[in-house]
Amino acid sequence: MSDVMVDVHGVHKSFGPLEVLRGVDLKVRAGEVTVILGPSGSGKSTLLRTINHLEKVNSGWISIDGELIGYRRSGSKLHELKEKDVLKQRTHIGFVFQNFNLFPHLTVLDNLVEAPVSALRRPRKAAEETARRLLDRVGLADKADAYPRQLSGGQQQRVAIARALALEPKVLLFDEPTSALDPELVGEVLDVIKDLAGTGTTMIVVTHEIGFAREVADTVVFMDGGVVVEQGPPAAVLDDPRHERTRAFLSKVL
Amino acid sequence: MSTLPSTTDTAPPGAATPGTGPGAPPAPDDPASLKVVPARHYARWVAAVAVIVLVAQFAHGLATNPVWEWGVFGDYVLSETIVQAVWVTLQLTAYATVLGFLLGTVLAFMRLSRSPVLQTVAWTYIWIFRSIPMIVQLVFWFNLSALYEELGFGIPFGPVFWSVDSNSVIGTMGAAIIGLTLHQAAYAAEIVRGGVIAVDHGQLEAAAAQGIPRLRQIRRIVLPQAMRAILPTAGNEIIGLLKGTSVVYVMSIGELFYQVQVIYGRNGRVIPLLLVATAWYVVLTSLLSVAQYYVERRYARGANRTPPPTPIQRARRFLRTLRAAAAQRNQPVIPLKPLGDSR
Repeated sequence: MSDVMVDVHGVHKSFGPLEVLRGVDLKVRAGEVTVILGPSGSGKSTLLRTINHLEKVNSGWISIDGELIGYRRSGSKLHELKEKDVLKQRTHIGFVFQNFNLFPHLTVLDNLVEAPVSALRRPRKAAEETARRLLDRVGLADKADAYPRQLSGGQQQRVAIARALALEPKVLLFDEPTSALDPELVGEVLDVIKDLAGTGTTMIVVTHEIGFAREVADTVVFMDGGVVVEQGPPAAVLDDPRHERTRAFLSKVL
Repeated sequence: MSTLPSTTDTAPPGAATPGTGPGAPPAPDDPASLKVVPARHYARWVAAVAVIVLVAQFAHGLATNPVWEWGVFGDYVLSETIVQAVWVTLQLTAYATVLGFLLGTVLAFMRLSRSPVLQTVAWTYIWIFRSIPMIVQLVFWFNLSALYEELGFGIPFGPVFWSVDSNSVIGTMGAAIIGLTLHQAAYAAEIVRGGVIAVDHGQLEAAAAQGIPRLRQIRRIVLPQAMRAILPTAGNEIIGLLKGTSVVYVMSIGELFYQVQVIYGRNGRVIPLLLVATAWYVVLTSLLSVAQYYVERRYARGANRTPPPTPIQRARRFLRTLRAAAAQRNQPVIPLKPLGDSR
């Protein structure tokens, strides 16, 4: 398969004595939406954070569009990249946090313009134009000059999605994007993500929204205890799971 | 509960006549008729009167006690010597603030860095300079030439290419600025570090996740948010420093306190001249406090949904309501109806 966008290979990750990832393999093809489900502590968020190198792996490797993340290979050795180079790689990977993590002291527009200008060295004017277009796309064109705290949670998360898109990433990672939201605000954020899925953006979404997974995912991955238990099309994994653990989890959340 | 006789509960409907006799329950059907009687705080009134008497006594003493010699105060407070001395005090404060906080910020990030060498050096610096009283340190710098006769530039531990006599480059003013700066930096380092660790870790993660360069993360994302926590303490420090410059008198630099001492040493008018110094320190501190208010406000952008009004805005709003009230009171004076009648 030549169109593999994200390739996770044999990834192990420990926090002290606690082994959170115990050999994870995952392939995500370009243009596809992968939804990762699993109970708390199953390692879903950690896996997502290793993909953009917010967490270093203990063994195994991850590549995006054929490029190793966080390392440079020469022969049989992996050389750790300098922070500067890791930062450059991250501009290809959009990340949306559970708690939005918008910059509260900057206006919405400046939140979207900051990284393109400072990391990609785009001219400010062009970056502002892109930013306004993206805000329009998430339905917040009129909030460009507001500060994040003046927005609702759902609006803040939509701004955060627009901010991630401003770098025109190859892949978008969502870490439980609706878990910090009031129930009535979940829909507006999921609608934006669905909309993106329709445009062929490669995405990996960690979530607890089973309905969203069924509707949008090309592949559903079920994780437990730091490994991928099973994966496949939503119809297979959600309606006819082969593993006992998947069945037990789904019976609790459905 | 059961021991309390509750006449209202047991009385048949319509039997209780409201408002009869002392302590009778109010009429339940007309809440608008209930009158609220504010509690009276007699002790508070007594305390207020006592404090007012004391303050009045003190003010009376200030105005009438001849020892203050307000005439002498008036002669000196705006004299050229004093104004010049105030300028020296301001210079010392400005240099030590700017250089101290620059060095302090560097030290703070050294302590926060992942390098154990940088951490240890910064920690040791802060430990030593917080341990030495400022006045002791200043006298050390004053006697720098005894420690190092010459300052040179060359290879560490190797040959020296260029050197000068240390007293000629540094001078008394320079020594004072260096002393104040090094002292200030140790405190500033801890203030800045406190501000930086108060910023939510998610902010750095978000900046790193977007590939924002490291220095830019600090300058654009971390420091502006850290300023919210830094400013109140930094304001304290700068005000402390302003007054702290008075210890520089030990180096015979013509700042405010030194100059005041020189003058009263000559004419013996100690009290009014100390008043001159006091008045200036109060004025300068007040100006710094006002500046601090506005700087803090600027860095609070985005912290509140609706920023609170400034004192000036508040005063304007107050005047507007006064004017509106006055206009309303004047309205009946210019009645509109009689206009038609007079025709």
